[in-house]
Amino acid sequence: MTVEISFRRLLADTERRFALDVAFRSTSRRVVLYGPSGAGKSMTLRAIAGLLTPDEGRIVVNQHVLFDSALGVNRAPQVRKVGYLFQDYALFPHLTVAQNVSFGMRTGILNPRRSSMPEAAARWIDAFELGAVATHYPSQISGGQKQRVALARALAAEPDILLLDEPFSALDPPLRARMRSELAALQSRLDLQMLIITHDPADVKALGEHVLEIRDGRIFSDSMAAGG
Amino acid sequence: MGIWFPLLLSLKVAICATALNLLLGVAVAFGLSRWRSPLRDLVDSLLTLPLVLPPTVLGYYLLVLLGRRGVFGAWLERWGINPVFTWEGAVIASTLVAFPLIQKAARAAFENVDPQLESAARVLGLPERAVFFRVSLPLASKGITAGALLAFARALGEFGATLMIAGNLPGRTQTLSVAIYAAVQAGDDRGANILVVVASITCVVVLLIAGRLAPNRSRVPVS
Repeated sequence: MTVEISFRRLLADTERRFALDVAFRSTSRRVVLYGPSGAGKSMTLRAIAGLLTPDEGRIVVNQHVLFDSALGVNRAPQVRKVGYLFQDYALFPHLTVAQNVSFGMRTGILNPRRSSMPEAAARWIDAFELGAVATHYPSQISGGQKQRVALARALAAEPDILLLDEPFSALDPPLRARMRSELAALQSRLDLQMLIITHDPADVKALGEHVLEIRDGRIFSDSMAAGG
Repeated sequence: MGIWFPLLLSLKVAICATALNLLLGVAVAFGLSRWRSPLRDLVDSLLTLPLVLPPTVLGYYLLVLLGRRGVFGAWLERWGINPVFTWEGAVIASTLVAFPLIQKAARAAFENVDPQLESAARVLGLPERAVFFRVSLPLASKGITAGALLAFARALGEFGATLMIAGNLPGRTQTLSVAIYAAVQAGDDRGANILVVVASITCVVVLLIAGRLAPNRSRVPVS
């Protein structure tokens, strides 16, 4: 598992100009991109997922070239096989937990039925202990459950890499510690590379294997955690 | 004077106009909500015109356009279609007059859909068409329904443009509003009274149905 990124993107509006110029390569299972808000962390994730197009550069995940300005490659977000955990989870409010989890398993124009659920979705529901709330809507479940639903939904689509945008910032501090260890445990069960962005040093300490510090749109330092 | 024909004709015209507007208004609204262009404001103003122009002016435009010697009418004539003085003409008039109501409501609803949810659906592998039908449209459905009910009520009461293009042919194109006008003109007070009561009751029933539909339409939480 390898992620190889090197791209530039200039963002300018009337308020400010911001140059994102990010380059790193990692074969670690847990890559943490750490930095203050406004440093360009979320934009880096969006570029990997195909939601933001760089001006130039190259993005490669597991030998799949997702973007290469020199070769004219820019794959659509739909075919990048990237799992994305959004900061506020972006659960579909009109669908139940079970429908959210099975959302990416079919790509037709109809949402999964409320009454039945594919077997693979049922396995994810069980794995994340969501059975009791499978028929609930996102507004009816707790913050920790929302995060598990979002994780299950992303993983059910069988991604090549999982991108996590400030995964714990929406949770209460006591829950944060528990979800961190849950995520670490999940990581050791799955053979999947994770790229986590955070501004919280506690996340870096708990989850970082390969830690990249980002400031003002550039990688500022690059270090491997002890024992990582 | 019969009550049933004008009432049923008005309902039929309003239902057809609302159905047409659901397709047209939602498609145009979705397109406009995604369109980034300096021309957008101009197009938006033009599409809002039916809301502010006098209905008789709209009716006149329709006559010029669809009449036998009209630009579009001459072309339709070749296919044996002439919408002037037909109930289909009344549908065209009602559709045009009510279009901005549904278009504006649908556009506001689409612009209120969190773009992150659409991004999430794309990353999960959904093609754009599926993103529309599975995320954007259901999340905008509440606003669209509200717009459709307004458009239906507007179409039901349409008078000016309808009179211009469909005329006042009892038993053929005479809708409820036109029949009331005709009854008053003819000094038929009894007929006018009955029709006015029927029109009022119909509107109250529509409002009651609307009130019942609206709050339970969507499970989107208010957060």
